[in-house]
Amino acid sequence: MLAFAIRRSLQIVPTILAVVLLIFVLFSVIPGSIVSALSDEGRGAIDAQVAERMQKELGLNDPVHVRFASYVSKLATGDFGTSFRTREPVTSMLAKRAWPTLQLIFAAMLFAIVVGVPLGFIAALKPGGLIDMASMIGAVSGLSMPKFWLGLLLMYLFALTLGWLPSFGYGDGGLMYLILPAVTLGVSPMALLARTTRAAVLEIMTADFVRTARSKGMSELRVVKWHVMRNALVLILTTIGLQFGSLMGQAVVVEKLFSWPGIGSLLVDSVLQRDIPAVQGAILVAVLFFLIVNALVDLLYVVIDPRIKYS
Amino acid sequence: MPLRFNLVVGGTLFALAVFVGLFAPWLAHTDPVMDANLLNAEEPPSWTWWFGTDAQGRDIYSRVVHGARISLTVGIVSQLINTFIGVSLGLTAGYLGGWWDDFVNGLTNLMLAIPSLIFALAIMAVLGPGLTSLLIALGLTNWSFSCRIARASALSLKSQGYVQAAKVLGYGNLRIMVTQLLPNMLGPIIVIGTLGLGSAVLAEASLSFLGLGVRPPYPSWGSMLSEARDQITTAPWLSIFPGLAIFLTVLGLNLLGDGLRDILDPQSRSTRV
Repeated sequence: MLAFAIRRSLQIVPTILAVVLLIFVLFSVIPGSIVSALSDEGRGAIDAQVAERMQKELGLNDPVHVRFASYVSKLATGDFGTSFRTREPVTSMLAKRAWPTLQLIFAAMLFAIVVGVPLGFIAALKPGGLIDMASMIGAVSGLSMPKFWLGLLLMYLFALTLGWLPSFGYGDGGLMYLILPAVTLGVSPMALLARTTRAAVLEIMTADFVRTARSKGMSELRVVKWHVMRNALVLILTTIGLQFGSLMGQAVVVEKLFSWPGIGSLLVDSVLQRDIPAVQGAILVAVLFFLIVNALVDLLYVVIDPRIKYS
Repeated sequence: MPLRFNLVVGGTLFALAVFVGLFAPWLAHTDPVMDANLLNAEEPPSWTWWFGTDAQGRDIYSRVVHGARISLTVGIVSQLINTFIGVSLGLTAGYLGGWWDDFVNGLTNLMLAIPSLIFALAIMAVLGPGLTSLLIALGLTNWSFSCRIARASALSLKSQGYVQAAKVLGYGNLRIMVTQLLPNMLGPIIVIGTLGLGSAVLAEASLSFLGLGVRPPYPSWGSMLSEARDQITTAPWLSIFPGLAIFLTVLGLNLLGDGLRDILDPQSRSTRV
């Protein structure tokens, strides 16, 4: 298990290096992108001498491989560069915003699991029934709904009309501020979890070992608890893991809508201001989060399902 | 859900959105950009103003109708680019194999490691906001699923008898891929393309909402919602109708994709969620 954990963790490294290379190519090799971004927010033509001076200061005249090596060596020491706009180290900007983003993602996932998994179970236990139809229509709707629209509607109803919750902001970081953004972010993973759980349970219900358990006289509750739930868990966990990672991407819109001071809103603000070091840093952190979560899910498989063996 | 329900409801919703987009100039009551009149500002929905008016007195119904044109065009064009890239890479990788297959596989895994909206934001950061940047960003970031499908199909089809026969007849690789493999993998590609179109419409709306896509005063559903955000208390109808348009269009595409999968790719029915 330990050997597998180490091997799986090391598998992240080449992907991270490839992402670093891709981001480096995207922002550094495309001619003039950084210089034009620094000058007049990229809207106007700049003086050739100024451009030349900036190229030299930023080391853009060095050969590409030298620039890449210097970029990677800085990243390895946790140096993401300095923000073009605030002149603050990007690492400290990211550190300040990491906790609010994690809070939001975990709360959204908690909401998705607590609502989605039981909903899928109930739907699967009586397929074709009223609850099944209603929950599956709800699930398709949840997947099709733009988050920022849902967030606006929730904000209008629960904050501005009923006055139960604050409409936006982080406040003191308390639960009340977290509820609306977390529910908004959690709706589509909830819908997907409900569909996955239903499909997994329906498939397992017809498996031979479930029929055997029933024929031994095991009560339905025990069959569901000991056989169906445990076997459905692997597929449910896969969905949770994949959704966890993708929530980082989806959080961008929700954070911006609710003025949540996380990495997503930093990314959007940095893109709008063409603050390239901050954009690069935020993207790398988001990708790293996605990869780490996926590796953790792989490790959890082994714990949950002993039939899964990794060589 | 019944087999045909998805297809009928989804197809109707999507056809309605396409119809509205195609005939927008005839369906709209006023010009969506120019016909501003402060005397009509923030009128709630009524028989005169079906969806109400905004702070500049522009007719929201006309803007939603014209928004269909922009949102669907961006969605369809970007999804066509994605499908073209994905199918070209996947088909060649699966059929030719070797180092090219390894390279495409690595590239696809890399794309899957970066959330597509975040990658699109990165491209927008380089290119700057605007419609062309939006098309490029959305067209380059969501091809990995069609690539996987095309690769898997090519791998299973290339050992079929008719492909071997084509080889014996002296067909070149390109001719075999285009005339023998491609027509036989169209079903799953259409399904993935339809589902991807829904994601593309959502992504366009998200980026325009963030101020990076279609810029005001031109109406796309996302940019309309972005403008409406500050007036949610005084004029909630500004948010309701463009959002409803996105929701119904994406719902239609998702249902249509599910329905098409049942018909064109029945093998996946037992494993899908």
